[in-house]
Amino acid sequence: MIDVKAYIESGILELYVAGQLSEEQNLEVARYAQEYPEIKAEIIEIEKAILALSREAAPGFKPSFDKISQSLSEGDDNNVRSIGGSRILRREYLGWAASFLLAIGTTYLYFQNRELSDRVKGAETEILMMEEQIAEAENSLENSERLLNTIRDKNVVVVALGGQTVSPESYAKAYWNKEESQLFIDAKGLPEPPEGMTYQVWSLKLDPLSPTSVGLLEDFANDDNGIFALSNPNDSQAFGITLEPEGGSEFPTLEQLYVLGKVSS
Amino acid sequence: MRLEELISQFQKKDKKAFGKLYEMYAVNICGVINTIVRNEARAEEICHDVFIKVWDNADRYDPSKGRFFTWILNIARNAAIDELRSKSHKREKLNLSTDFFVGILERPEEDDKRDFDSTRLKKMLGKLKKKCIELIEMLYFRGYTQQDASEVLQIPVGTVKTRNRNCISQLRKNMSAS
Repeated sequence: MIDVKAYIESGILELYVAGQLSEEQNLEVARYAQEYPEIKAEIIEIEKAILALSREAAPGFKPSFDKISQSLSEGDDNNVRSIGGSRILRREYLGWAASFLLAIGTTYLYFQNRELSDRVKGAETEILMMEEQIAEAENSLENSERLLNTIRDKNVVVVALGGQTVSPESYAKAYWNKEESQLFIDAKGLPEPPEGMTYQVWSLKLDPLSPTSVGLLEDFANDDNGIFALSNPNDSQAFGITLEPEGGSEFPTLEQLYVLGKVSS
Repeated sequence: MRLEELISQFQKKDKKAFGKLYEMYAVNICGVINTIVRNEARAEEICHDVFIKVWDNADRYDPSKGRFFTWILNIARNAAIDELRSKSHKREKLNLSTDFFVGILERPEEDDKRDFDSTRLKKMLGKLKKKCIELIEMLYFRGYTQQDASEVLQIPVGTVKTRNRNCISQLRKNMSAS
């Protein structure tokens, strides 16, 4: 004899209706439901609540049963045969029974197999997705490490570029390896350029002021780390970044000078 | 005819019995699928396939292991979730959002009339706390296990069970009041 009230109060019946119990628990609940009418009644009430809720959640449609009915495989209507007394007939019956059992067995195995292969397919897709994610992460880690090593090189000069009149809050950093003519621009502090415009990096000689284009910060919006690698063979004294029409300009538009910084000598 | 008899007839591949069971549960099952895929046309197709699967697998239902509705519910949830998994979500982690009901409760009145009337649903869920609605959606409509729900909500597994009991009790109270 179990404490029916406590059993109901425990919340196990709600999980039973949700289909969230283990096989053993399911069997237990089903058995108690047979034994104790209160438990059965409670289960039916819980199910009613969920039915009502799902009914209200439905936009109210359902496919017509006729349509479904047409797609149904036929039941075995003709498996009812009279069994004669003669041996031959009985043997025939046995044959039918055996093939019927075989058919059931095969169908069962077929569904079992289909379910398993569905599950395998699902798992395989998941694995593929994860592998892709790992590869991506490794790739981006490798890139970051390479970048970090590059800018840590002892020959690299760091130049801080400060915001100018047109955009005082902008900033950028240049990492220049003069030996290897490499220039990295960290443009995280620059606003996204407007449609049809692009940032252009200039190497500057100061006296007299003469600019040489080093390159464009192309595809700015889609760059994921905001760091651009350029080649700078010039004997630069300062770096500046201006906003130019797409494709760049021959000479910098000085009214659109965003950031500027001197190379400390 | 009693439900048990209907089910046993259906398991013997009686189309009439199946038709009756269909009338009893189809709207609900299609509804559950719709809360998952959120596309009525797709939901209707999946619902169609689910009932064919139910018919084809009739002999696999075991009454001693659970309610008939729970059994179909499970097939429907899996079919709907497979659908989500298979299409265009390949790169993202499968994220079964649980904001269907909360979303309906929170949207403005004037949006209601456009698709379906949710006043009764609102009445039913009205007094329930948001955490209740989410939990019910997880356990019944999304197929979250107790463990899943406890991780998502960050509450102990035992609390999932008791909270769910309280939430369903409140839902039943609301229903008998309306």
